[in-house]
Amino acid sequence: MSTPSAAQRFVRGILPENPVYRQMLGLCATLAVTNNLKSAVTMGAAVLFVLVCANLMVSLIRHWLTPHLRIVIFTLTIATFVTVADRLLAAFLYPMSKALGPYIPLIIVNCIIICRCEVCAAKQGPLTAVADALGQSLGFALALVSLAAVREILGTGMWFGFRVLPAAWPDWVIMVLPPGAFLTFGLLLGLANWISARRGGKEEA
Amino acid sequence: MNAAVMTTDTMPAKRPWRDNALFQGWLVLLLAVVFGALLAGVQTALGPTIAANKRNETLSQVPALLAPASGAAATAKLEIDTRMLPVSRGGRTAVYRVHRARRDGQLAGWVVQTAGQGYADRIEVLVGLSPEADVITGLFVLDQKETPGLGAKIATAPWRRQFVGKPAAAPLEVVKGGGAGANQIDAITGATISSRAVVAIVNRALADVSSQLAADAGKAAP
Repeated sequence: MSTPSAAQRFVRGILPENPVYRQMLGLCATLAVTNNLKSAVTMGAAVLFVLVCANLMVSLIRHWLTPHLRIVIFTLTIATFVTVADRLLAAFLYPMSKALGPYIPLIIVNCIIICRCEVCAAKQGPLTAVADALGQSLGFALALVSLAAVREILGTGMWFGFRVLPAAWPDWVIMVLPPGAFLTFGLLLGLANWISARRGGKEEA
Repeated sequence: MNAAVMTTDTMPAKRPWRDNALFQGWLVLLLAVVFGALLAGVQTALGPTIAANKRNETLSQVPALLAPASGAAATAKLEIDTRMLPVSRGGRTAVYRVHRARRDGQLAGWVVQTAGQGYADRIEVLVGLSPEADVITGLFVLDQKETPGLGAKIATAPWRRQFVGKPAAAPLEVVKGGGAGANQIDAITGATISSRAVVAIVNRALADVSSQLAADAGKAAP
């Protein structure tokens, strides 16, 4: 069992080990922010920033981590960068910061980030850690955007707030409400599983 | 006693400071200080921008909430000053944030910021009033978390427009299916509670502040 290289880490995060569809992590935020594409993209970007910074930081200090204090250090690091991301959004993207409400501060407890710190950054060098962070955040953003694309267009007939379907479309309001998140996620997850099953589970091994 | 004995037994005799919690946590403590400084820096740098964002969000709505100006006054720049207006009425005290708008030194109207409980969460609104504080000239929903597609329609322009021109003296009432009366607001289908909540918030604020604002307008007149 050799440790994965930077390139492998990057590629795995996007689809084979997609944080949402394969690892089923960070689902609370995933379900909550995907009722429109704008929120989904903002959330994806915020997670990208936090994950890259946290992974890089943890990787740089990995030789000084002690087993019983590492979780404290991960949490401290993540909380710092989440707060920075939250303040940046409030300063430069105020409407999005208001729309996302508590879900930006809640990135602190998003398992995806602490999982990457533990699995990759605490064991591998900065380059691999950053590649891993980029891959995982792109995978997370992809999952958010796929959910939001389905929910926004069915729920409001729009993408990014611009009308896509004709005005005659009867908005399926349930899709932008919490039940729509569960319905869409269940169906897309089923689709992801079906696709990987049809490919004979080559990547599962 | 036992605990003390055990500690001495398990502790390496050579370097007792290695087991000290403060020593073991050096990285945590160091990072806490470094990150604390980083966050303080971020807050110092961005704090004013964030505060300005919040203020601008409110102030940018003020012109649309006033009665449209006519003639020469239409091009005059709007000056807005904000103050806190404490009101105590019926054993209840409240403080309202009131924005006073003037054009060329002439009072153009008032915008009252107020909030109350909605169906899901707090609803925060701005109510525009004529200079004499007797007619509603506009309504804007600053913050709400009502049900998307139903209660959230309180923030839409067609519904809010109903408030424009309504008298401020008598309380407004919510009716279902096309309110036509002078004091009537048509409820949103499927969101009667949200509609009632907004109207109740507006009514309470108007009852509290309109007489005081009218008196102020009289004083300000040349």
